[in-house]
Amino acid sequence: MALLQISEPGMSAAPHQHRLAVGIDLGTTNSLVATVRSSMSTVLQDDFGHALLPSVVRYAPNGDVIVGHEAQAQQSNDPVNTIVSVKRFMGRSLSDITDKAHIPYRFVDGKNTEATRILQIQTRAGLKTPVEISAEILKTLKVRAEKSLGGELVGAVITVPAYFDDAQRQATKDAARLAGLNVLRLLNEPTAAAVAYGLDNATEGTYVIYDLGGGTFDVSILKLTKGVFEVLATNGDSALGGDDFDHRIYCWILDKVRESSSNFTPLSEEDTRLLLTKSRQAKEWLTDNFEAQIVCRLSNGTLVDVTLTAPQLVEITQHLVTKTLSPARKAMRDANLAIEDIDGVVLVGGATRMPHLRHAVEDYFKQEPLTNLDPDKVVALGAAIQANILAGNKNDADLLLLDVTPLSLGLETMGSLVEKVIPRNSTLPIARAQEFTTYKEGQTAMSIHVVQGERELVSDCRSLARFELRGIPPMAAGAARIRVTFTVDADGLLSVSAREQSTGVTAHIEVKPAYGLSEDEITSMLKASFISAEEDKKARMLAEARVGAGAIISSVTAALATDGNLISDAEKQTIATEIKKLASITKTNDATAINKAVDALNHATEAFAAARMNASVSRALSGKNLEDIKL
Amino acid sequence: MSNPHTNYFQLFALPERFNIDIQSLEVNYRKIQSASHPDRFVSASTAEKLHSMQLATTANEGYNTLKNPATRAKYLLEQRGINAISDTNTAMPADFLVQQMEWREHLEEAKVAKDLPTLESLVIQLQAEAKSIQTELADLLDTKKNDIAATEATRKLIFIDKVCADARQAIEQLE
Repeated sequence: MALLQISEPGMSAAPHQHRLAVGIDLGTTNSLVATVRSSMSTVLQDDFGHALLPSVVRYAPNGDVIVGHEAQAQQSNDPVNTIVSVKRFMGRSLSDITDKAHIPYRFVDGKNTEATRILQIQTRAGLKTPVEISAEILKTLKVRAEKSLGGELVGAVITVPAYFDDAQRQATKDAARLAGLNVLRLLNEPTAAAVAYGLDNATEGTYVIYDLGGGTFDVSILKLTKGVFEVLATNGDSALGGDDFDHRIYCWILDKVRESSSNFTPLSEEDTRLLLTKSRQAKEWLTDNFEAQIVCRLSNGTLVDVTLTAPQLVEITQHLVTKTLSPARKAMRDANLAIEDIDGVVLVGGATRMPHLRHAVEDYFKQEPLTNLDPDKVVALGAAIQANILAGNKNDADLLLLDVTPLSLGLETMGSLVEKVIPRNSTLPIARAQEFTTYKEGQTAMSIHVVQGERELVSDCRSLARFELRGIPPMAAGAARIRVTFTVDADGLLSVSAREQSTGVTAHIEVKPAYGLSEDEITSMLKASFISAEEDKKARMLAEARVGAGAIISSVTAALATDGNLISDAEKQTIATEIKKLASITKTNDATAINKAVDALNHATEAFAAARMNASVSRALSGKNLEDIKL
Repeated sequence: MSNPHTNYFQLFALPERFNIDIQSLEVNYRKIQSASHPDRFVSASTAEKLHSMQLATTANEGYNTLKNPATRAKYLLEQRGINAISDTNTAMPADFLVQQMEWREHLEEAKVAKDLPTLESLVIQLQAEAKSIQTELADLLDTKKNDIAATEATRKLIFIDKVCADARQAIEQLE
C-alpha cells in the first residue's frame, strides 16, 4: 500500500500550483529578469550564464531581430540599425531629444499631428517606435524566463524610473503588452530596490534610495515599518544618467583629437558609436584605476590615442554629479526631513560605482552609503519579490508598498496657467475632483488640457492629453459646474473624466492621448507580430477567456469559503449558480459566451465584494465594527 | 472617488476631536491599506477591484486630511456644519491681515533679491506661528467648543500654510 503524503505546515500541498511570475528591470543600458524560487529572489541567466541583457536591439540584414550581447557587438559596424539606450526615447517626441547630433539614429517625427507626436527611428526593418524596440527586449527576457522556469508566465512586474511621467509609464506598459506580457504592476525602480534591500536586512527606519542608472536618475525617501514600505517623497531627472558621463568623455576625446589633427572631418555614424563605446569603457575602467588609455582608428584613418586620468574625469563630469544633489534636496524638503533623520542611504544603478559620485552622496548625507547588494541587480530582485506576492504565491502577504506620484498633475486654466489638481508626492491610488466653470455666455463646450509638472505656466509643463467636454446646455457665464476628476491608479497611470453637474446632463468626453500609442495602433502591431491566421486569433481569444474564467472562479470560490457567512444563503445560492453556469460554459469553444458569463458572475458578486471589503478592514482594525460607516 | 458619507475619524477609529494621537492614525492607516490596497486584489473579481480602489483612495484622502492640522481643523468644523473657507466666512482681525501682508511682502522681496537665508528664516517663523495656532485650536475645538473662534483660527492656519508653501516653492526655484 502506498504511503499517504502529508505536506509540511505552511507549505502548499500542491507545489505545481505555484504561479510563475517575474520581475523585469527594463534598463537603459542593461535589462534583467528575476523570479522567486524556493522563497529566494534570483536573477535568471541566459544559456551562456549572463544575467545582464544589454538593452541593445539590432535589425539585421536577413530580417532577424537580435537582442543583447550579439547586437551590442555589432553596434559600431551597424550603428543606424542597432538601437541602444532606447529607454531615453520612451514616451518622447523628437523635440524632447536635445542632443540629436550625437546620436547616430535616423529619427523621424511621428505623424505630424498634435494627437500623436511620438518619435520613430528609421531602420532597415522600417520605422520603429521606442515601444516596439523595447518590446523586443521584453520578449527576449520573457523567452529566457519561460525556458528557465519551464512554463508560461502568469504575469510580470516591470520597473520604471520613479520620475517617469505618465507618457513614459504608458509607453512602458504598451511595450509589455506588445511583448505578450501580462503586467501585474509597474513598480518604481527605487521602491523595488528598497524591497530587495529592506527584506534582506529586515530593516526599519527612514532610508534614501539614490538610483543613477544609464539614462535616468531617481531619489526616493522611504519609511519602512513592519513590512510597509511607504514612499515619503520622490524626485529625480528622467534625462540624466551614466550615458551623460560617457557623452562628456566623448566630447573631451573629440576636443583632444581636434587639437592634434588639422584636417578633422565630421564623424561618421560608425565613428560616433565607436567613440561612445570607448568612452563608456574608459569610465568603467576609471572606477578602480587611475588612468584609462583610449586607442582606436576612425574610418578616415585618424588614429585616436589619448589618456584620461581619474582627476580629469572628475573635472569634466563633476557638474553632472552636482546635478543629482538638487533633486535629493527637494525630496528631503518634501518629506520634511533633516539629514539626521536618515538611517541609511542605498546606492542603486551601475553609475553609482563612480567614486566621485559616492563621495558626493557621502558628503551630503554625512554617512557612508550602503552598497552590499549588487547595484545592477537589486531592482530586478525587488521586482521579483513584488511579482511573487501579486501573483498570489504568498498568502500571508505581510509586504505592502505605498508609492507616490512623482510630478504634480493639473489642468490648463485661463491665461495658460496651471491649476494643480493632484500635488506631487501624493500616495497612490488617488482620486481628486475640481470644479470649473464656463467663461462665456452660452458656452456649450469646454476644452480640457491635462498637464504634468511643477511650473506655473502650461508651456513649461508636459502636455499629457486634451479632452473636449461637449453638450453643456447654454447657460450664463460662470453658471455651469464642470467637475473634472483625476484618478491615478497603483501603476501611477492617470485617467481623467469630466461631467457637468448643475443640470445633471451627461456630457460627452473625448480622449486623445498626446503621446503614446492609440488602442488601434497597439492592436494592429499585436496582429502584425503574431503570424495571425484567423484561427490563431480565435484560439488565443478562447485561451484568454478560459484563463480569465478560471481566475475568477477560483477567486470567488476561495472568498465564499472564508467569508460566506457575510451574505445570506439566497445570495450565496445566486453566486453558486453563476459559478456553475460559467464552469460549464468554459468547456465550450465560445469565447464571447465565456466572457459574458464572467461578467454575470462579477455582477452577482458586487454586494459580496463590498461586504468582504468592510469585514476585512474591520478585522484589520481589530474588532472595530465598520457596519455603520458608509463606504 | 472619496465618498462624502465616510467619516474619516470613524474610518481610522479615532475620537472626533482636534487633538488626535498621530501614531494611532498612522498605525490604523497602514492597517486599512494592508487590507484594501489594489495590490491585494490583482487577481480578484472586477467588483472587488473596484471596492479596493475606492477604499484605498478614501483611506489616502482621509489620512492626508487628518494628518495635516489645518485640513483636520477645517474637516472637524465641516462635521459641525461650518465651512471655514466659504465666501461668506471672510471675517479676519485687522492685525492678522497686516501681519499676513507683511509676510507676503517679505516673501516677494526675498524672491526678487534671491535671498535664500531670508526665505528660510521666513519658513521657520511661519512654522512657529502655525504651532501656536494649533495649540489654540486644540483648546477652542476640544475644550471650549467655541466654533466661531475656531473658524477664525483655522482660516489663519490655512493662510499661513499657503504663505509657507509659496516660500518653499521660492526656495526650490532658487536652487
